[in-house]
Amino acid sequence: MSDWLRLRVPFMYDLLDHLKHYQAPKNLNFWYFFGALSLLVLGNQLLTGIWLLMYYTPTAADAMASIEFMMREVNFGWLFRYLHAAGASFFFVVVYLHMYRALLYGSYKAPREILWLSGCVMLLLLMAEAYTGYVLPWGQMSYWAARVITSLFKTIPVIGEPLVLLIQGDYEVSEVTLHRFFSFHVVLFPLIILGFVFFHTLCLHAVGSNNPDGIEIKDNLDAQGKPKDGVSFHPFYTVKDVMGVGIFLFIFLSVVFLAPRGWGLVLEPENFEIANPMVTPLHIKPSWYLAPYYAILRAVPDKSLGAIAMFASLLMFFLLPWLDRSPVRSMRYKGPLSRITLGLFTVSFLGLLIVGCLPATYWATFSARIFAILYFSFFFLMPIYSYYDWHKVPPSRLTI
Amino acid sequence: MSEVDLKKRRLLQSAGAWGVLGIVGAAVPFLQSLNPSRVTRLKGMPVEVDVSNMSEGQQKTVMWRGKPVWIIKRSKEMLASLDVLQGNLRDPGSESSSQPSYAQNQYRSVDPNYLVLLGVCTHLGCAPTYRPEKGAIDSEWQGGFFCSCHGSKFDLAGRVFDGVPAPTNLEVPPYHFKDGALVIGEEGE
Repeated sequence: MSDWLRLRVPFMYDLLDHLKHYQAPKNLNFWYFFGALSLLVLGNQLLTGIWLLMYYTPTAADAMASIEFMMREVNFGWLFRYLHAAGASFFFVVVYLHMYRALLYGSYKAPREILWLSGCVMLLLLMAEAYTGYVLPWGQMSYWAARVITSLFKTIPVIGEPLVLLIQGDYEVSEVTLHRFFSFHVVLFPLIILGFVFFHTLCLHAVGSNNPDGIEIKDNLDAQGKPKDGVSFHPFYTVKDVMGVGIFLFIFLSVVFLAPRGWGLVLEPENFEIANPMVTPLHIKPSWYLAPYYAILRAVPDKSLGAIAMFASLLMFFLLPWLDRSPVRSMRYKGPLSRITLGLFTVSFLGLLIVGCLPATYWATFSARIFAILYFSFFFLMPIYSYYDWHKVPPSRLTI
Repeated sequence: MSEVDLKKRRLLQSAGAWGVLGIVGAAVPFLQSLNPSRVTRLKGMPVEVDVSNMSEGQQKTVMWRGKPVWIIKRSKEMLASLDVLQGNLRDPGSESSSQPSYAQNQYRSVDPNYLVLLGVCTHLGCAPTYRPEKGAIDSEWQGGFFCSCHGSKFDLAGRVFDGVPAPTNLEVPPYHFKDGALVIGEEGE
């Protein structure tokens, strides 16, 4: 039976074999949970999304009413909505931690550039997916977030205006825009994201996982050609990931059940009011996961330059494999300069995140400028400090 | 390596069992939400119909749970026709048909004067038409229901004729009379 199928659907067996026998470094720590966790959250978003779709109406008149109906009348409708909304926030939490792991251990460096780049593309796709989803309830924040973000594209010279008209399908964000964002959110972006997830995993299995020591386990093979420091993905990491999933679910579900609005970070009170094109809410703030880039936009006192700085802050990630000229990968063996700059980058990213959520007062703007300078310095100065730093020599075999 | 550590094995098995339990528990809300919501269930509540001013032979159609329900006030003559036809019926005693116990009689009703039926053909769900005129469908037609989709025929008690596609008699919904009004969708006390 198994041979009968193996002859007819060989790729499925190859995939299963790969999942089972994939040689992973034996010293992966908790930082390596977040890849599996992002898959878990993706599954949560897909499943709850399918259920939400059974009750949601994408029209300006009925969008909010249909969600209200879902919350009050549909059996467990509230649960799917809270799982989906909190899921979006937790998606960014695990993806940011997943990326931070790459910064710590140099997982973006050769030969993993394509792996890193495909992940960066997925970050942008995830933002587009989150943004279009945010518009769907058609509350005040949905509407004004849609207006502010589409306006950003107007700053592009020459093609800006016609491009925004093309995206909106109307002279201003309207029901036409809502309809197409619905289509993007439900079909277009998820399809592309799923494609990239597959591609990302294929790339990973081609080059192999990095590890906290940042050395290649493929350099030390045994007589059978297996890495001496490698273990089979199953059962070693499937079981370990199950534990990570357990811890994650405990935290995630605590928010879903005990604080479903996430203290205004998951669902904002302003968005419980229906969209009104005539009145802007007093304090417009982006979702927390977009706040760092929004803070950079606000920090620059020029419309076009601000938009450029904001897009640049995201594009910086793409350049990382070529900015880092360090001979070692992992922070364990990099020198003090690299460690201090990564620390400053961490502070500046979190700082931007916080001030991006605050009203644009003098001190908020001032600190946003300081943090923005630190943020960009991390990238722009990297070719210098990563090259001239005092490195240690990494071991030839994994340290546990 | 080759020896099985039973303690570990038991831990794995119980952890697996807990995991399965969790997955089953998580599936409950997803399945439960597919069931009709409270609003849908409210819309499916019993329907009350005033039948006091119906004339003999008149048909009234009301909607109950998305299906047409017919109420027909039968005349003496119509009730008499039900005795004549017995021989051509597939299920004259309504033994293999679907109706509440109080409607499993010759007239398939609580009060012989009022016939209450689901207007859904038991063949493939079309809506048959009420044809009370004698000889309307064929020369022996004593009045009844005719389904134009696939030609199924029923008598004035909704009993199916032999040799037509419909397998059973037309369904009778649960109903009762309350203070002279007809309540459809609810059993009497």
